[in-house]
Amino acid sequence: MMRLPSYRYRAPSTIGDAAAWLAESPTDTMLLAGGTDLIPNMKRRQQTPATVVGLRGIAELSEVRDGDGLTVGAGVTLSALVHDERVRQQHAGLWQAVAQVATPHLRNMGTIGGNICLDTRCTYYDQTFEWRKAIDFCLKKDGDVCWVAPSSKRCLAVSSTDSAPALIALGATVRLVSATGTRDVAMGDLYVNDGMQYLTRRADEILTSIHLPEVAGWRSTYWKLRRRGSFDFPVASVAAAARFDGDRIVEARLVLGALASCPLEVPAAAARLAGEALTDELIASVADDAYPLAKPMDNTDFELVWRKKMVRSLVTSALRELRGDDMRQARTRLARHPLLQVS
Amino acid sequence: MKLRLTLTVNGEPADTLVDPDKTLLEVLREDLQLTGTKHGCELGECGACAVLVDGVPLLSCLMVAHECEGRAVVTVEGLTEDGRLHPLQECFADLGAAQCGYCTPGILMTAKALLDREPHPSRERIREALSGNLCRCTGYQQILDAVEAAASLTVTR
Repeated sequence: MMRLPSYRYRAPSTIGDAAAWLAESPTDTMLLAGGTDLIPNMKRRQQTPATVVGLRGIAELSEVRDGDGLTVGAGVTLSALVHDERVRQQHAGLWQAVAQVATPHLRNMGTIGGNICLDTRCTYYDQTFEWRKAIDFCLKKDGDVCWVAPSSKRCLAVSSTDSAPALIALGATVRLVSATGTRDVAMGDLYVNDGMQYLTRRADEILTSIHLPEVAGWRSTYWKLRRRGSFDFPVASVAAAARFDGDRIVEARLVLGALASCPLEVPAAAARLAGEALTDELIASVADDAYPLAKPMDNTDFELVWRKKMVRSLVTSALRELRGDDMRQARTRLARHPLLQVS
Repeated sequence: MKLRLTLTVNGEPADTLVDPDKTLLEVLREDLQLTGTKHGCELGECGACAVLVDGVPLLSCLMVAHECEGRAVVTVEGLTEDGRLHPLQECFADLGAAQCGYCTPGILMTAKALLDREPHPSRERIREALSGNLCRCTGYQQILDAVEAAASLTVTR
């Protein structure tokens, strides 16, 4: 039976208290929101904070506010987002991403802030303490060697968040609050391609909300590859968003997920798509541009060569869906069931 | 250091002293002697430990017990009413929807949450709602049949 390690539990009711308590000892304090990432990691001793600050009692973190776009509290559950018509209608890419996270139970618990900050994942890291001890641990936790690429000085664990690529494509920003101040960071600037230091969020900062800008003229989409139709983290994903003027794209963003230690933006695509209509030829050409950027490593599910190959297919599907093609059959083929139905 | 935890379990108040590092699953089984809820993977990858917290199906293995302070928990022991089985339990028994039975409590609670919210779900909605519950005996056909049957039974009652 896997037990949690001992820790000191604190439950603030305001962001101010949470920030003050985090500031007392930021490096050995961790924030607990939905618990679906931190609790398994603590049971496997991948993360062993001395203090856990539970954020569930902070009402402000669960608010969603309209006006000048949409501001979503970091503590809003993924299920709440899935059931939010504003998200479904206006930010389809985020809705599709969130609707495909894990399982209904985990979406009932997991929060959007938690998914954004999701720990990077790796075959050699997401194992029990005894398993990791048997290989003398790994670079990310307690060891010296990255077993994915033993000559690598950098941890290669995979960014496995579904929401981050979608939020980057949508031009979202996040608010980070600490005892010393508040700053807003573009989602694209929140991540670093390093499996250990994958966030630019400081240890004393709390991600409190996500701001989605106005979406007039924008369309967005998210495509996810995984083995099973539920439970699994992405092993490759593509988020795309574009602002249209009639059939022509004014500006666009394309982001690859789960193919590096951070979401990968494809700036070349944005440049290629501007001013153009989405023809089959252009879509194929942009998919060709995106393909070489994906450099998956052999540290998650599926053959890495196939994961890389699938980038072309996922980009193509994403851009076709932005164009307005009916992609429901293709989605069902990929996931083996239709995308979530919500009552 | 143990901290006081008060919550409602299956309609009755529970008041206990619990270490902060205990999960809801451990408190239910070890402190409240409600062993109907099962330890599965303990990592959120199987659904065997699902219970209702304020009516919502959650994984009790990932829930720090103290985060349930003041909340209403329903476990499989709370499904019967006045000694009568819940329609879901009747249909699971009648249609052979439990093989080894280990995943059954989590599936019953998840299905109850669905039927409470949507009394007449489509087959597709039932599949979707149960997509976080693994049955290693793989008897999914009968499980889906039983939930469908329970939904129709509820209508005739």
